[in-house]
Amino acid sequence: MAAMIEVLASGPLATVQDLGRPGLAELGVSRSGAADRAALRLANRLVGNDESAAGIEITLGGLAIRLTTAATVACTGARCPLSGHPGGWNAALSCPAGTVLVLGPPAVGLRSYLAVRGGLAVPAVLGSRATDTLSGLGPAVLGPGQRLPLGSATAGPPGTAGDLGHPGTELPAGIARLRLATGPRAEWFEPGPLPEAAWQVRPDSDRIGTRLAGPALRLRPGFEQCAAELPSEPTLPGAVQVPPDGQPIVLGPDAPVTGGYPVVGVLPEADLDVLAQLRPGAVLRFVSAPTGPRSAASGRPR
Amino acid sequence: MTGWRLLPYGQSAVLVELASPADVLPARNALVAQGHPAVLAVVPAARTVLVQIDPDALAMAELRAWIDECLRTADAGVAAADRPEPVELAVRYDGADLDSVARRCGLSVAEVVRRHSTAEYTVQFCGFAPGFGYLSGLDPLLRLPRLASPRPLVPAGSVAIAGEFTGVYPRSSPGGWLLLGSTDAVLFDLDRDPPALLRPGTPVRLHPA
Repeated sequence: MAAMIEVLASGPLATVQDLGRPGLAELGVSRSGAADRAALRLANRLVGNDESAAGIEITLGGLAIRLTTAATVACTGARCPLSGHPGGWNAALSCPAGTVLVLGPPAVGLRSYLAVRGGLAVPAVLGSRATDTLSGLGPAVLGPGQRLPLGSATAGPPGTAGDLGHPGTELPAGIARLRLATGPRAEWFEPGPLPEAAWQVRPDSDRIGTRLAGPALRLRPGFEQCAAELPSEPTLPGAVQVPPDGQPIVLGPDAPVTGGYPVVGVLPEADLDVLAQLRPGAVLRFVSAPTGPRSAASGRPR
Repeated sequence: MTGWRLLPYGQSAVLVELASPADVLPARNALVAQGHPAVLAVVPAARTVLVQIDPDALAMAELRAWIDECLRTADAGVAAADRPEPVELAVRYDGADLDSVARRCGLSVAEVVRRHSTAEYTVQFCGFAPGFGYLSGLDPLLRLPRLASPRPLVPAGSVAIAGEFTGVYPRSSPGGWLLLGSTDAVLFDLDRDPPALLRPGTPVRLHPA
């Protein structure tokens, strides 16, 4: 029988993810890929894969899989109670054929990653096996009965987190602090609430955006019209958009590549991994990150 | 190039804001043609172009200087040799909003069709969905705001207008643009290389089917 993972249960949302489709924004294609890239990379290194191999991104646990063949597996990210193997989190687990692994709900964090030695060999679309939940590119969202073929590409022997010098993603206990660098339309808004307030992650957050609740961000006098008439601008994952209700949205990996709401700030890449672990109800604060010297204007005067 | 501003966009990108929408494609072309090993992506939109870099390979100040230099020496127009082959699309003018667009513009339906199908369009940028091109060049008389509340389902191939742009929905999706017609052209096909029929800079001509 071909080497496969059989999905028995998927929990609230489980998808195949790798490091996505960077560089295709000009065609309207979002980056997609793992929301917590450090956790996927670690899972892959633990099983001896290239860091960019495809694994499973699990949201709030609930995944159950059966292995049709003996395989080496690693789980990282939000720590779930694991049954089916005596080994633990952030470790390479040797599993005999027929093993059924069940991940319960994590006590802390939101997204967990499961990598299998050899990677998931679902067909690549535009160079990536990631599921883009907005555009539908890549494999379907996982559900019971689906079978995922295992690949054979490896980069080295399985390792331990100790060998790799990587303890696994630090999940924030209590209030998370995320760095925020200046965005293109920061000057349009009254200063204050964004750096000062505590922001709560809303339940309607997903891979397209993490929606925050807090005091409304207000436009400074004279900028209302600018915001209302702003034509579509390019976006990146981590951009903090402010829709008319003043409640910010941090764009996620599956967000559209252009958007019509002003961007006040942008999270550094590394902080996206922390954001990816904040579940609805979690509280975060922004601390300012440097963007380098700012020049208000350059080129010819206009 | 009549002028530009460089706006901060976090630690790995800069947003170039152009003085005129007509400068967006020339600016994008100049940045792409010049090229830089640390530049990961150049993404145009309606008035702005995002330049994304590997921040470990290039300092922000150097990026800004490089962009300014590229734009100072850029040609305002697009050299004919750099212009991709035009894409021709046959359009059936049977859209659900055709009558109301004509009424709101004070034109006959035939005149809306004539103006929409004779304009010279260029893909200014892509967004919204893979393969969705924002075509500039729409007749000023046909500029209307999008629907206040988007339709839950716009069929694939719908030819539509909103603001200064016209475009074609690559697949069925929710959408708020005003529907003038439809085309059988396949806008995004993963078995084609490149998959997107419309890319920034592509000239587009429409013909009534």
